[in-house]
Amino acid sequence: MGATLTCPRGVWLRGVAPRGRRSGRDAGYGSLVITPEQVDIPATAFPVEQFRLPNGLRVVLSPDRGVPVVGVAVVYDVGIRLEPQGRSGFAHLFEHMMFQGSANVAKLEHMSYVQGSGGTLNGSTHLDYTDYYEMLPSNALERALFLEADRMRGPAITEENLANQIDVVKEEIRVNVLNRPYGGFPWLKLPPVMFDTFPNNHDGYGSFEDLEAATLEDAQTFFDTYYAAGNAVLSVAGDFDVAEATAMIERHFGDVPAREAPVHPGIGEPDLTAERRASYTDPRAPLPAIAAAWRVPDPVRDLGGYLPYVVLAELLTDGDASRLVERLIQRDRSATSLSGYLGFMGEPFAVRDPTALVLQAHLPPGGDVDRLLATVDEEVARIASDGLAEGELARVKARIALHLLHEDDSVINRVLRLATSAALHGDARVARELPRRLGEVTAEQVVEAASRLVPHRRAAIEVIAGGAA
Amino acid sequence: MPVLTVPDLAPDTEFTLPGCHERTLANGLTVLAIHRPSVPLAEVRLRIPFAYADVAESSVLAQTLLSGTADKTVVQIAAELQSVGGALSASVDADRMLIAGNSLVDGLPKVLATIAEVVDGAAYPEDQVESERNRLADRINVARQQPAHLVQVALLERLYGDHPYGTQTPEPDAVSQMTPDRLRALHADRLHPAGATLVIVGDLSAEAALDAGEAALGGWNGAGSPREIAPVPALRTGPLVLVDRPASVQSSLRIAVTALPRTDPDNAAQQLANLIYGGYFSSRLVANIREDKGYTYSPRSVVDHGLAGSSLVISADVATEVTAAALWETWYEMGRMAVGEPTKEELEQARRYALGTLRLGTATQSGLASLTSGFAGFGLRLDWLLEHAGRLAEVTVDDVARVSARLFAPSNAVTVVLGDSGEIRKPLEALTAVGA
Repeated sequence: MGATLTCPRGVWLRGVAPRGRRSGRDAGYGSLVITPEQVDIPATAFPVEQFRLPNGLRVVLSPDRGVPVVGVAVVYDVGIRLEPQGRSGFAHLFEHMMFQGSANVAKLEHMSYVQGSGGTLNGSTHLDYTDYYEMLPSNALERALFLEADRMRGPAITEENLANQIDVVKEEIRVNVLNRPYGGFPWLKLPPVMFDTFPNNHDGYGSFEDLEAATLEDAQTFFDTYYAAGNAVLSVAGDFDVAEATAMIERHFGDVPAREAPVHPGIGEPDLTAERRASYTDPRAPLPAIAAAWRVPDPVRDLGGYLPYVVLAELLTDGDASRLVERLIQRDRSATSLSGYLGFMGEPFAVRDPTALVLQAHLPPGGDVDRLLATVDEEVARIASDGLAEGELARVKARIALHLLHEDDSVINRVLRLATSAALHGDARVARELPRRLGEVTAEQVVEAASRLVPHRRAAIEVIAGGAA
Repeated sequence: MPVLTVPDLAPDTEFTLPGCHERTLANGLTVLAIHRPSVPLAEVRLRIPFAYADVAESSVLAQTLLSGTADKTVVQIAAELQSVGGALSASVDADRMLIAGNSLVDGLPKVLATIAEVVDGAAYPEDQVESERNRLADRINVARQQPAHLVQVALLERLYGDHPYGTQTPEPDAVSQMTPDRLRALHADRLHPAGATLVIVGDLSAEAALDAGEAALGGWNGAGSPREIAPVPALRTGPLVLVDRPASVQSSLRIAVTALPRTDPDNAAQQLANLIYGGYFSSRLVANIREDKGYTYSPRSVVDHGLAGSSLVISADVATEVTAAALWETWYEMGRMAVGEPTKEELEQARRYALGTLRLGTATQSGLASLTSGFAGFGLRLDWLLEHAGRLAEVTVDDVARVSARLFAPSNAVTVVLGDSGEIRKPLEALTAVGA
């Protein structure tokens, strides 16, 4: 509660999938019939309105009067990858500071206003964006908009609350990374192997040294640079009236100073030409583990080239009928658990290039990671050479459709999906298009994607078990 | 900068719930169905009473229930489900087995048919049992390196001893030696419809859902009768339990007290008292040990209702060097609840939160399905929430004070701390008696 930096648990689409549902006004499914013998895969239609305030703030509205709940999200187009050198962890620390009060909201009041309205809230820091969100009974919409506008004008950061939140963040890192087996594996451990430049390869939670060095001046500079109205998206989804909400938004956000988005510096890196491997001993880990990643096409500029990899990750690792679960867990017993997903934080559609398809596995005690990787290579090569089995693509797509629809049913997931889609893809409607576009992925494209998962393009990190089983 | 005023709330709308339809089948299975057309999916929960099942047997059974039948392999079962967007999983605790899943709504018959196939005819193939028992043992060994798991194990044992609630994770060795015969025997003994509840929520009429449930599971073997779990033993207070975890960079504090059951007339007051103490971000505990002192990231208190008893557990993971100080503040806030009364503002804020989160929790198909299934385990129906909302609306400051006097009295609590004993024993001994 309050502020978290999320990290993947190896599930596909964690908390970030798209969209819609049928609503009273804009009802009806568009059906995607994949093959005649399969069930239809429905995609829901939902209204999306987008506009920009004179100060540069982008607004996305998606009304749905089905349940008396409304979601509000503000996404700032800055994340771990743009924090300054020597200030690792600062994007996340700054996220915490956004909960410490603002001009008209004292410390702790932001939370008490939201929760005292019957709502829940959080914020989280990601590689390429930072989000703040509330889900509330719909009668509290204006209050949530006020609170987001007040801190968009500037958080109230003091020496005292900065020192306090540095302490809190250090405890967060101890809980999530330092005091447990496999802490930060692989999302903090693999990028340094794969990438060469600071934006892509540093520890997003930050070193204690860097966190302790943070100053009020750093916070002001970061706010001035990145927390500009022109660098933010406000998204509202759920039970509201568009005209009323638009009036509220103009009332509360209209006087947020106009500031343009900074030019994104570009964080691209070339693909790997030779395999990279690294390992470390985890003193509390009872089992060996391995994670491997391959670069994938740019998820924003080449979404069409990227989506086959989303399907491929699912085909390889989701459920007992997937290729790698069948082979590695059931047949060979060379893995005891495994997962595969797009993006180091497991969000396929809310990340920029450079990013990767990630496979991770825990092995039985004494397991051989080289042999496991060789088996992965063999299975991937088998897809590349033999293609897909009859019905395989259709059932994988059916499960993907379920994931998307299931996420759509939650107002908070929907509002975040629309906001990140607008922030990163420049258009909230991209989220709405995903079911159709995923449905159009062909077996040939999945085979082609598999043919690119070759050893010389791979970065891998091995956890050596240092803990007694 | 002008002083701006936080906008008032618009008028409340009435809290309503979708209708829950019910049918009891001839074999004893109760089917509950809710029409929620938000997305074209269906959610399914089958809850089967499972008290007194051996913890190792039941844990492996849950891992292998979907691993094959006489006709189908594990891969065939999974592929068939996947073809309708579906998936199923099974889990157990000391009260129940739960088979849970979802699918595209058109695939509901396939999901229900799969459940019927495994509850009637799970085969527990030798190779699958061998593989899955080893994987489960691996997972337990990983959990045993995690402070949250270790302190939970110590707390349950301290609170419940030999009662089934006292040991909820099996020994890896017991799991590794599990045989298909033992699983088949447990299955034959316990997987029956008497006392079980099937919940279906989704984009189809309740009547159609009830029909689908009956068509699939009406023929499920009706033999057997569930065992009722004995109430947990009365909590015995005593010295602080210190569990050593050498080189731990944090200490895990857990403080437990006996709570009122869900159906107690004072449960609504208890829920609000817990919120005020540490049940949400805007609580006294979070304000103190996180936002003022910076001792911890996510302090919290939670009321847990089981069939055999209810408890309130306060948790905080704190830096090793502030272990005793954090415990002192946590007790202090308990004492402040026990001997004082909340402010009107604290109560109203907690009340609004409790009422609002009822709406949020019932706003999705999966939320409705899980709540309905959970309540069914207590013999309650979803509309109990409407009565509960009415009781929440009536709770007074005096009610919270009366409940808190017993609930939060530190003298009624059990405290367990897991951490680096060499660093924290002495400071803890300065506060209280610490067990050997």
